[in-house]
Amino acid sequence: MSPTSVPSKNSEAAPKRESAGAAPRRGGGPSPLVRFLVRRVLTALLLAVGITLVTFVLTNLVPGDPVAANLGQRALGDPAIVAQWKAEHGLDKPLPQQYLLHLQGVLQGDLGTSQQSHRPVLDDLAEAVPATLELAGTAILISLVAGVAFGVIAALRRDRLSDHVLRVLSLVGISVPTFWLALTTFYIFFYRLQITPGSGRIDPGMSAPPHVTGLYTVDSALAGQWDVFASAVGHLATPALVLALYTIGLLTRFTRSAVLEVMGQDYVRAARAKGLPGRVILFRYVLRSALVPIITVAGLAFGSLLSGTVLVEAIFAWPGVGQYAFKSATTLDLPAVMGVGLVIGAVYLVINLIVDVLYGVIDPRVRLT
Amino acid sequence: MKLPQAWRQPLAIVGGVVAVAWLVIAVAAPLLAPHDPLAQDLPRLAPPGPGHWFGTDQLGRDILSRVMYGARLSIPLTLLLVALSVLVGGLLGACAGYFGKWADETIMRFADLVFAFPTVILAMVVAAALGASLANAVLAVLVVAWPAYARVTRGLVLGVREREFVISGRLLGFSAWRSLRVDVLPNITGPILVLATLDIGTALLLLSGLSFLGLGAKPPSPEWGAMVASGVEVFDSWWVATFPGLAILTVVLAFNFLGDTLRDALDPRTARAIKERAL
Repeated sequence: MSPTSVPSKNSEAAPKRESAGAAPRRGGGPSPLVRFLVRRVLTALLLAVGITLVTFVLTNLVPGDPVAANLGQRALGDPAIVAQWKAEHGLDKPLPQQYLLHLQGVLQGDLGTSQQSHRPVLDDLAEAVPATLELAGTAILISLVAGVAFGVIAALRRDRLSDHVLRVLSLVGISVPTFWLALTTFYIFFYRLQITPGSGRIDPGMSAPPHVTGLYTVDSALAGQWDVFASAVGHLATPALVLALYTIGLLTRFTRSAVLEVMGQDYVRAARAKGLPGRVILFRYVLRSALVPIITVAGLAFGSLLSGTVLVEAIFAWPGVGQYAFKSATTLDLPAVMGVGLVIGAVYLVINLIVDVLYGVIDPRVRLT
Repeated sequence: MKLPQAWRQPLAIVGGVVAVAWLVIAVAAPLLAPHDPLAQDLPRLAPPGPGHWFGTDQLGRDILSRVMYGARLSIPLTLLLVALSVLVGGLLGACAGYFGKWADETIMRFADLVFAFPTVILAMVVAAALGASLANAVLAVLVVAWPAYARVTRGLVLGVREREFVISGRLLGFSAWRSLRVDVLPNITGPILVLATLDIGTALLLLSGLSFLGLGAKPPSPEWGAMVASGVEVFDSWWVATFPGLAILTVVLAFNFLGDTLRDALDPRTARAIKERAL
């Protein structure tokens, strides 16, 4: 879970690094970085299979009856039609075989048909995923910039007023219920003050920019439709800020402690003793080492952002994965739920992979583990 | 009674006072609440004013009374939820760390799988699959909450397992269970306690979030998340959603203040700094 799972990751990584430092390997074979990457990718693939298994098992625990949900009343009365439908969808086979069929479908890009929209789940997701990526991506960028900046300020001004204020503010940031904050900002800034645009991704009456990436800001800029671009940015700003508040709080706290920890190290003292300017020490000595824990938290933060999208998208009527997940979960639209689980799980895996690779790039000791 | 140095700072005191206040409200809600939380006998959607300080909702119920009664639902359930997560996660993590090998692999890969999903989405699917009720929402949050404890406990147990006093206990013939309980457990409770305190807030946010989505408490029960959701329907009556939201915020903030202080007090590095400052 959120801020709390972080020490665990650190405590797990710590013993590994020790053993790595003890036995530096040299000589033949691919470079340590390549081996490190290959191993990480393989682990990720294994987890991906695990994710398909979990979504499959979860959706099979659901007490709903897919036959009743898909066939009309008259067809249900005819055992021949029911049997044929079951055979068509592989439901007459034992569960392990059903899972293999499901896996085969997934590999071929077939995620089934949504019972809600009666469209292929893949098509639904192709529309929803870019909307969520645009929202969550903007939010994580805001959080990284603001969180790292605030954390560095708090660490440099330790125990002074600004540190205390930032500590309280970051605690408030991780304590606000996102759904309530979304509702409140929407009420105040849109309904009362009318300074932010309303719900959705662009102003009503405006048509979406030609599809290239699915990110409205990028697509409209590519097409040179600057009025659409302005509208898209305006619509993106408030939900992204609401979504980012929690992760800003999280990153501020961890950046502060990471920076403080590094500043106490001997090599930083040595750098200071030899008279290097404060800025060089901060960026080249302190921040570089502090980045490892910060990136861990940022990876985890992205996960909590994806969680937050469910709540924020509901309020801002943002047509993303969060809303799609919510709709399909509450109507027990199983193929859609499985699709969402797969996509979100895959995004998560990619994020974790990026975090791992960044580790390897920033901290050479990690590659050897 | 004198408070220990670490607790004599504004954040801890504010957090403690607010948390205690909420506990009192939860216990004494029937005495404190001015109205029946379910009675629909007030004017509908009346703004805050004398007689109903937090206003009334679309069914003519007193929001102040509902917020007070809500504490009786949210706070005990959240505490229960965290206790269960500590128990399940701690036990599994301790087994993984203590026994190692296949137990470690199985348990931790399972934890990894749960970590591979964003919490709200997994909890939402579980809650939807089990059927919407507050008990199922607790179960759903438990499913996503235990791995954090499993990871931390495993790491801590790994650190203690090879220490002399644990090994000598085993050599004296302690069973694995006794060794875990007598030698290992007392040495790892501190960090887990910090984690649990910091987690109370997260758990409440998640639980009320599920209720907000309609996957937890059912009407008419005065659960805070569900109350915020009902405020979405009557958008211009701001008080319907605002006060239950503030209730969640203050409870979570209080426990986060406490957890933050607890961590500073128990972390040897910061504890030393606090002592030095006190001298």
